[in-house]
Amino acid sequence: MKIKELKKILLYFLKRAVAIFITVAIAIYLTIVIANAGGYVDKIVEDEIRMSVAMNIRNDPTIRGYTDEQKQKIIESRVRNELRRRGLDQPFFIRSIYHLKRALLLDLGTATTMTSDSGSMLVKNIILERIPLSILLFTTITLLEFFITLYLGLKLSRSYGSFLDKLIVYLSPLSTIPGWFYGIFLIMIFYSWIHILPPGGFMDFPPPTDFLGKVLSVLKHMILPVSSWLLSFLFLGAYSQRNFFLIYSTEDYVEVAKAKGLPDKIIERKYILKPALPPIVTSFALALISSWMGAIVTESIFNWPGLGMVLFRAIGSFDAPVIVGITVIYAYLLGATVLLLDFIYALIDPRVRI
Amino acid sequence: MDNMEFTSSYSLKGIIKEVIKSKAGLFSLFIFFILIVLSIYAYLSMPYNEVKTLWNDSQAWLKYPRNAMPSWWAFFIGKNLPKNINLQEPKIETISDNPKILKYVYNFSYFYDDFPSEFNIFLKSSYKNNPPILRVYWINTKGDKIFLIEKQQRSEADTFYLGNETSIEENLTKYIQEKLGYYPPFPISAMKGLFIEPNENQSIAKGSYSFIVEVQFSDKSDTIEIEPIIYGKVYGIAGTDHLRRPLELGILWGMPVDLAFGLGASLSITIIQLILATVSGWYGGVVDNLIQRLTEIYMLLPFLPLMIMISLFYKLTIWKLLVVLIILSLFGSGIKTQRAMVLQVKTLPYIEAARTYGASNMRIVFLYIIPKILPPVIPGLIISIPSYIFLEAILSLFGVLDPTEPTLGRIIEDAFQNGALYKGFYYWVIEPSIIIILMAISFALLGFVIDKIVNPRLKEI
Repeated sequence: MKIKELKKILLYFLKRAVAIFITVAIAIYLTIVIANAGGYVDKIVEDEIRMSVAMNIRNDPTIRGYTDEQKQKIIESRVRNELRRRGLDQPFFIRSIYHLKRALLLDLGTATTMTSDSGSMLVKNIILERIPLSILLFTTITLLEFFITLYLGLKLSRSYGSFLDKLIVYLSPLSTIPGWFYGIFLIMIFYSWIHILPPGGFMDFPPPTDFLGKVLSVLKHMILPVSSWLLSFLFLGAYSQRNFFLIYSTEDYVEVAKAKGLPDKIIERKYILKPALPPIVTSFALALISSWMGAIVTESIFNWPGLGMVLFRAIGSFDAPVIVGITVIYAYLLGATVLLLDFIYALIDPRVRI
Repeated sequence: MDNMEFTSSYSLKGIIKEVIKSKAGLFSLFIFFILIVLSIYAYLSMPYNEVKTLWNDSQAWLKYPRNAMPSWWAFFIGKNLPKNINLQEPKIETISDNPKILKYVYNFSYFYDDFPSEFNIFLKSSYKNNPPILRVYWINTKGDKIFLIEKQQRSEADTFYLGNETSIEENLTKYIQEKLGYYPPFPISAMKGLFIEPNENQSIAKGSYSFIVEVQFSDKSDTIEIEPIIYGKVYGIAGTDHLRRPLELGILWGMPVDLAFGLGASLSITIIQLILATVSGWYGGVVDNLIQRLTEIYMLLPFLPLMIMISLFYKLTIWKLLVVLIILSLFGSGIKTQRAMVLQVKTLPYIEAARTYGASNMRIVFLYIIPKILPPVIPGLIISIPSYIFLEAILSLFGVLDPTEPTLGRIIEDAFQNGALYKGFYYWVIEPSIIIILMAISFALLGFVIDKIVNPRLKEI
């Protein structure tokens, strides 16, 4: 019985994974088409080839005696040969397939000026080394957001009409202001004005030597970004959760449970929370996907060295390969988020298992 | 969703009446009224293009103070902060005829609680052979005459930045040292030296001052125009930025741009999505399938990085970017919910009636279905306007928008780039932010109010 259910979930998960992968591939393909309308993707590949050819020629003893002009000619002809070998002199459609394959394999070329912290110029390394930090911030915020609004929503729906309930309803328009915007004000208050929290960054400088100190330092730097986001999401989030719970608490089976004299805790958990969870997760998922956008801005406002920061720096130095690379990575991240949510959905929604 | 929602009737008039009845609706309408009146006033007094060139003209603002706070800020601090003092109407005396030396004496009084920010002299002269030589003196409240600097003009139009001259600082330090009897233990900048009470407190000497310029011409026919300006620390109702531009200009003329961007984006995206959703729900089959799959792809499109990439690579203006934005949001998640509504409306009797008398598909889609599902969509339309205004701010913040265009986001970006939060120029961030917040909240309130009217199910809750 259990194994059968698990099998069903896995099958569903696999199906979704394939579908999402195809969607991500199409999204990446669109990115490539858009970027290449200005020739940027072609140029990324050509620069990479030119660099490796130039390297080879510099190390080639047979060409040592040649003048610079002759060397340049050799480089040009080799680059052209290499382009032809890779099929890059073909029409755009075929080239774009080649680019897509590379992008899907995260072969994103080399950056023009930026380097990763480890010194690598590969776009892949520059971006991938920042992902853990982005995910750390993003998941912390997401989890806090989810559980706080869930708790508040339940509480409000129980004390429907109370002062707190009305307050949250009145404050809910404040949620149209995005988190990063609150961030500006939080920096102004907690850093510029009362000087108790750092304005941004990831760790104190110089970093603490012991592990505990490091963790505490990171936590201290996370307070402002996390609370700016929470502040923005809290009111509307709690408000909509409360609405869900109110709708589900008027169902007949809840009345029956009440009539049976079941304790409030059990009614709340088994009769209201459980059936309300799937739609809550769906609406939460939509909010989550759109909040990836906010993540980029929040990171650059708070100098959090994640993906958003890389994008910000790449724009500053007009590093086209990095910008295209980040767009590709974000498509993957979005896909992964959706897949994860699908998986959670399958776990909590019994209909998927049937 | 039940059919109840679609059978309740509401006219435009009814909606407006209900909005006016509620406090929140009234509040948001009031805010809009103020914003609209302000922008109409702004655009009538000066057309946008003129403001745009003026905004980017670095020469136009030379006589304004740099990073000056708004005048009302002084009220919070409780200090009488200096305003700009344009020294005018000098007493002109002739000292000698050969060589021609003229003495310009400017008398003024200074009663502010803070030092001025700068002291520049704008010079315009016409000369035959050599530009005139200027000797500048200062008489403070004690009546002591201090020699400040001797300098020759470099060209016909020249500016002396007295605040940047180290020799002035040295002369003033010498004077204060004489008065104190020992070398001053605090640094003396030119502004401080000019207006300080020569004692330990470093307080400001309030009273009457004289500013004297002796001009020695090389030829008798030479003339000069002198315009000394003592720059204040407050200016106007909104203050100035790092390029001395008065912020109210950027805010007043930028606000309608933001509003138009948000409104245009939200309106066109909602209408296009509505049409797509109706087509998808009405026709079904292959069309439906295609639109639904496209919606799923669009959901995974990394929207913001794409927007940034496009505006960075192709250097688009804000209006072209609006088109890109619309294209990138064509198949947004709104289609899913609207299609669900269409599927319900499709089964209503009046549609069947229309079908039986042979109404065309187009007629049914545009005249029968869309008007029916439009009202429940309106709140979403209004609530999503701020998100596009914030998108403009985000793109400005990343520095990918046209930098010559004054918008609210642009001003915030300028403030950020120039460290307004770290240097204490809070007004610079707060002013555009407050306008954006006011817009966002009033749109949200209006949307929520209308939502309660057209989706009556929310009313019970």
